[in-house]
Amino acid sequence: MTFSLPKKGPDISIVICGEAGQGIQTLESLLTRTAKLSGYHVFSTKEYMSRVRGGSNSTSIRISPERVYAAVDRIDLLIPLTAASAERIKDRITADTLIIGERKFVSEALSRSSGEFIDIPFTETAKKLGRSIYSNQVVLGLVASLLALDINILKAKLRAEFEDKGSEIVDINIKAAHAGYSLYEGLIKDDKVISEIKKAGEATGDVPEEVKGEIVISGAEAVGLGAIAGGCDFIAAYPMSPSTGVLTFLAKHAEEFGIVAEQCEDEIAGINMAIGAWYAGGRALASTSGGGFALMEEGVSLAAMIESPVVVHIAQRPGPATGLPTRTEQGDLELALYSGHGEFPRIILAPGSAAEAFYLTQKAFNLADRYQCPVFILTDQYLMDTVTNTTPFDTGGLEVERHIVKTEEGYKRYALTDSGLSPRGIPGNGRGLVMVDSDEHDEDGRITEDLSVRTTMVDKRLRRLTLIKEDIVEPTLIGDKDAKTVLVGWGSTLGVVREALTSINSEDILFVHIAQPYPLHQKVLELVEGAGRFLVIEGNATGQLARLIKLETGREADGKILKYNGLQFTVEEVEERIGEVL
Amino acid sequence: MKKTDFDIEGMETAWCPGCGDHAILSALKASLDNLGLTPGKLVMVSGIGQAAKIPQYFNTNYFNGLHGRALPAAVAIKASNPELTVVAESGDGDMYGEGGNHFIHTIRRNPDITNIVHNNMVYGLTKGQASPTSRRGFVTPVQVSGVMSEPFNPLAVAISLDVSFVARAFIGDQQRTSEIIEAAIKHRGYALVDIFQPCPSFNKQNTYKWFRENTYYLEDSFDSSERLAALGKAFQTDRLPLGIFYRNEKPTFTDNLRIKTPGYRKIVDFKRLNGLISSLAS
Ligand SMILES: Cc1ncc(C[n+]2csc(CCOP(=O)(O)OP(=O)(O)O)c2C)c(N)n1
Ligand code: SF4
Repeated sequence: MTFSLPKKGPDISIVICGEAGQGIQTLESLLTRTAKLSGYHVFSTKEYMSRVRGGSNSTSIRISPERVYAAVDRIDLLIPLTAASAERIKDRITADTLIIGERKFVSEALSRSSGEFIDIPFTETAKKLGRSIYSNQVVLGLVASLLALDINILKAKLRAEFEDKGSEIVDINIKAAHAGYSLYEGLIKDDKVISEIKKAGEATGDVPEEVKGEIVISGAEAVGLGAIAGGCDFIAAYPMSPSTGVLTFLAKHAEEFGIVAEQCEDEIAGINMAIGAWYAGGRALASTSGGGFALMEEGVSLAAMIESPVVVHIAQRPGPATGLPTRTEQGDLELALYSGHGEFPRIILAPGSAAEAFYLTQKAFNLADRYQCPVFILTDQYLMDTVTNTTPFDTGGLEVERHIVKTEEGYKRYALTDSGLSPRGIPGNGRGLVMVDSDEHDEDGRITEDLSVRTTMVDKRLRRLTLIKEDIVEPTLIGDKDAKTVLVGWGSTLGVVREALTSINSEDILFVHIAQPYPLHQKVLELVEGAGRFLVIEGNATGQLARLIKLETGREADGKILKYNGLQFTVEEVEERIGEVL
Repeated sequence: MKKTDFDIEGMETAWCPGCGDHAILSALKASLDNLGLTPGKLVMVSGIGQAAKIPQYFNTNYFNGLHGRALPAAVAIKASNPELTVVAESGDGDMYGEGGNHFIHTIRRNPDITNIVHNNMVYGLTKGQASPTSRRGFVTPVQVSGVMSEPFNPLAVAISLDVSFVARAFIGDQQRTSEIIEAAIKHRGYALVDIFQPCPSFNKQNTYKWFRENTYYLEDSFDSSERLAALGKAFQTDRLPLGIFYRNEKPTFTDNLRIKTPGYRKIVDFKRLNGLISSLAS
């Protein structure tokens, strides 16, 4: 019988699973980029264990004629590279799933629960070419052939990938990919499979040039690029999953863009360096995950007291403590919201896509400089590690706003103003002196225990919140603005809810995506207040955004869609759970 | 004392009478003045403690940050504007206790900054608990049976890390202290000056008299380029040597990073950024 792919289209969901160290990431990178260059939309996300070798990891790749925004449960094509990793995701295997792989990795039960199992000796094929390590390229060739990807693009990608290992290695890898192509052609000839997956624009007949020109990017890279565009010239970080990608990206490009990329002794050093850099006129980023951020809190409070700009990126992962190091969660909104002792204004941004990660990170630097306060960028493992194609970021309208004044003699760093913002000078730029103090201080910046000055200074610092509130990122609204049900989410749930709503096709629901959870935009509060039913969707156990909205509006959520097992929601899951609460 | 640009007219300090901090303040101002430095190009960075209040009594730029965290801020200030002279200064509790990890790693980075530590072998501001450098047997309201831990040896630690410059002074001799500070500021690279500073209020054991009797200056013939000899001197804890122990000029943090332009004058290369963005399309 011929197995036709995909069963539920229009896209195909491919899962490749194996263990750490098997090169799944390279495979994913080559496949998504080749597919995009051949005219497909791509989306890939990974879940992996916290280990360098072994374990069970999987990468889910969607390849589609239409834009795809999120992960799905459904597996159209499974390619297992170990038996254990296939076993681990057995619940996702259905009669719609085609498994292609080696017999030894596919148990009897697994093959029975699938729609079809085709035994393909990837390793043997690779061994014939030299060594079994080329088997990933055989897999790649087979999938490329199934998707009718341009072999020349694939060859060029392989060449670029293995170039520095020498031409011999490049040749064998290309041969391995060719072998994969032939294997698939064999399957076609034997009427085993047909693939009905179309490229973007193929249905209408026009060439999908637009998709081909898009960039393929991870959330981590988008944050890194946004930082560069925001004028970041210093990154101070201590490695911690899932934030490390931002550090490595900026370190890689440090020299070309004049960035100091310093791996600190700990996160405490990280934030104090970042604040020191801003004091001297730099634009620094501190980047970490929840645990590291907990160590930074006193520094956040310092930034608040000395009215220093600082940008802190927190890539969330499940806690408490070490939690699940390589998984995702939206559990640290309240951590960021209430971080640091004392009372002071702050800004929290939470991008929901690679594009938002870029533009909001860029903006974070300007906001920090403008309002002289801590600005947090809350992402998570899911967003960091998710790779999608997207319109190339447009730097045209972007500006690095430097709100630094040249000081005059007698300059007062904390001069009292109506807005609460004092013009910010830096040492060595002008005739004034710049004095900042973590103790309570007067307008000059000198330590004081004058209690009326204390009250004045607290009021001054807090006054800036009024200005901050006039400059809030608008929520993204998806659906009918007059819908009775308002579903509110923040950060990385944007894509999955967007996609789920297209298939639910309900006119009765409006999705409000919040990219700035604090302060909340007036529009969000109004929509919640006017809603017939108010629902939230969050990747945590207690509904932290719901709590914040209640604080602001007094309104309790009528329903909460929550998830906290370490994985992001899938499209099907959101469809089902919205269905349940509607 | 000669007047300097760093003085503040009619200033009062929060230090006790007889405290060694007063003389350190004068010695430092004299050193800066001798070197021809001006307040506008100097940044004093400090943490929290009695010693860490020193910038308050200075007419200059300052960053009076958190307890223990002066060094990371100082490193970044220097890196963000290499044209500034940066002095990081605090007490022994601040630098070696709360900030101990930063102390180690700042030496490794070798930023071109001067690190002055007021070593009074006690916590002054919090009223008399042991500090990392308190000698064994020192009795306090917390260490009621006397300090039992081995005292921290900042000089030996620094030399082990191949510090670029390390010296010890005793503020009972203001002139020599000022000369040592001057040499430290002039030195290109990280320079540590640990200054014995009597705290008459909370350390009745390590007094001016005690320091005078238990210290001596390194001989003129002492060769400060000899790391092992310096380490030997640092290990001497019966009579404590004073002077410059070790010097080793090497590339600084900013040299290694090839930073020349102050951050605030940097212009983002958007053309290059656009190139990087579009490279992700292939
Ligand atoms: C995080 C933190 N912990 C504790 C303190 C309280 N504290 C302030 S100064 C100090 C120690 C002071 O000793 P030292 O650094 O030796 O300076 P001294 O006062 O003796 O000059 C302590 C524990 C603080 N300010 N911050
Ligand atoms: S408590 Fe000690 S260190 Fe502090 S000012 Fe008084 S004498 Fe000096």
